Amino acid sequence: MFKKILSAAVTMLALSGLMLSPMAMADTIKLGAAVSLSGKYSTAGNHTQKGYDLGLKYVNSLGGVVVDGKSYNLEVIYYDDESTPARGASLAERLILRDKVNFMLGPYSSGLTKAIAPVTEEHGVPMVEANGASRSLFNQGYKYMFAVLSTSEQYLQEAVNQIAIKAGKPASEITVALAIENDPFSQDIRAGVLDDVKRHGMKVVIDDKLPRDLSDMTSTLVKVKALKPDLLVVSGHSKGAALSVRQMNDLGASVNMLAMTHCESAKLHDTEKFGTLPNHALCAAQWSPSVSSTGAVFGSAMNYSKIFEDTYGYVPPYQAAESTAAVIVMADAITRANSVDKDAVRDALAATDLSTFYGQIKFSEAGNNIAKPMILRQLIDGKYYVVAPANVAEAELVYPRP
Amino acid sequence: MITYIQILISSPEFLAQLIINGLLVGAIFALIAYGLALIWGVMDIINFAQGEMVIFGGYLTYTLFYQFGIHPILTIPIVAIALYIFGLLIYKSVINRLLGEKDIFITILATFGLAILMQQLMQAIFGPDVVTANPELGMLFLFDGQLIISNVQLVSFFIAVFVGVAMFILMKYSRMGQAIRATAQNPRASRILGINIEKVYANTFAINAALCGIGGSLVVMVWTIHPFIGLVYTFRSFMIVILAGLGNFLGIIFAGMGISSLENVTGFIIGAEFQAAVIFCLLVIILVTRSIRARKRREYIQ
Repeated sequence: MFKKILSAAVTMLALSGLMLSPMAMADTIKLGAAVSLSGKYSTAGNHTQKGYDLGLKYVNSLGGVVVDGKSYNLEVIYYDDESTPARGASLAERLILRDKVNFMLGPYSSGLTKAIAPVTEEHGVPMVEANGASRSLFNQGYKYMFAVLSTSEQYLQEAVNQIAIKAGKPASEITVALAIENDPFSQDIRAGVLDDVKRHGMKVVIDDKLPRDLSDMTSTLVKVKALKPDLLVVSGHSKGAALSVRQMNDLGASVNMLAMTHCESAKLHDTEKFGTLPNHALCAAQWSPSVSSTGAVFGSAMNYSKIFEDTYGYVPPYQAAESTAAVIVMADAITRANSVDKDAVRDALAATDLSTFYGQIKFSEAGNNIAKPMILRQLIDGKYYVVAPANVAEAELVYPRP
Repeated sequence: MITYIQILISSPEFLAQLIINGLLVGAIFALIAYGLALIWGVMDIINFAQGEMVIFGGYLTYTLFYQFGIHPILTIPIVAIALYIFGLLIYKSVINRLLGEKDIFITILATFGLAILMQQLMQAIFGPDVVTANPELGMLFLFDGQLIISNVQLVSFFIAVFVGVAMFILMKYSRMGQAIRATAQNPRASRILGINIEKVYANTFAINAALCGIGGSLVVMVWTIHPFIGLVYTFRSFMIVILAGLGNFLGIIFAGMGISSLENVTGFIIGAEFQAAVIFCLLVIILVTRSIRARKRREYIQ
């Protein structure tokens, strides 16, 4: 008896699914995304998802995308990749083969993007990614992957230019210390910094590679104390940022200019937790609410920031902003292609030249965005001020660190 | 590399800074390693969740500090009691099933599983962010500021020493301490003499958990923690115990402090990326020489 009811129910469900799905298909275009909603990247993964959601909401509310005179809503199917690359790759496969998504949005982090890109590439599904900056993503000859953000080697190059201007002595006398984690992404940053250091003719006095399971930076920071470099560059994800400001204070090691990555994810701006310790640190960022770029969907960067804050209750970190930008780029490309054909959209993506609240977006042959510079923000009493590059700066860089 | 050695020779205050720093924080590692040695010696269990218990203790201190406004140092007794109870629970649910297990891989697997479970739970409860609980105790400037010691390290050193000495006295003179030591020597004989072995084991494991909790409180005050950093503390305490040998209380203290100092100095001279490698090489050398020596002795006895 029970079995009969069950099988009847299943049949009905299946039938209703059959009837409903073509109708639902008719006016939505499905995007797929594996995002880190749990595991070690879950904070940033959540920013990514919120960025995508807000982008979708606004694109759809402005009429969605128009293909052949018919307007479609965009929809995203999310899976949690648990911050593990292997899981990300299999979820990408599932999104493409089982859920039959039209296009893909990227995951969070370079590592996950690296795992997913070969899958989307194999199936010829265009992917716009917003959170994989590693240089190594863009020398694989990928044809279907496009990234709206600046690549990792650019992250802290601006800091090198700034010390050259501010130090008040010839470049050959300027000393630079590097404490950078031993992972591909951070080492890209190091390569970029070293390129610029060499170009200016500065001297590298410390070049430490921090271990992945970093728990103590005493030896590196005592070196900093002994050699007093003009510029200290730290990049070791959020733990490196948090640990270095804590231990620099404990060891009495100070430098004139401190440049870091991941200030936001380490929550260095939380004055209740870090006090004044991270004051005047320079933080690399892809984007800031105060940059002067504007675009069609959200208007100015400031306006986007306001909308995001009204929706989610906090100021958008750049991870959210670039994710929203990815949605805008995808919608723009589908509209221009006037088709949901994968190759037509790929070609439209490659030809993108779009102004957005996030910045100008124009892809190189390799798929990375070459139109938007990285910015450098200075952290003062829990607030970030854009100090470089000069054309977007809102405040004068305070040098040396008091 | 040569420039770094020159710096250490020409300005010995930096060498002193590295060594003193290592000695101070080494005491924290020694405390955690002592707990590991305790349950290893008494119950023959190598606890791979040691580091996770440390991080759990750290998160408790962090939470008590920011949610309830309790000064981090004052949270230590609370954390110790909480972790003691937590240790009892873990013992009752997992560890007591591993006792008498001849295959060491079973105990390693079980505690490793526990470690993964704890990582994920801590991530779910406390979030994946890097946290620190800075008690802002200021700095101690010695020799005209050439040597700077942060008071939080100094205080945590003394707390670790105090707890260590208290443990030593407890183990030596208290009834439970004597029962634990007797059980370590010979569980069967102890049982015949009326010692409740089950209770001894539960207590031993709970004491270890409490030590980890105290260690964790100190770790979150001195450094930073996040849910996935526990393994560092597990491996470090494992190494200290291997170096010192089981049941060697003083050895654990010296090994704990020595490794940290050595790590700082090697990190200074040849770079942070090699400091772990140097320590592990040292470990291999010590193990090999020890086994060669042991072999010689056996031959002599035969």
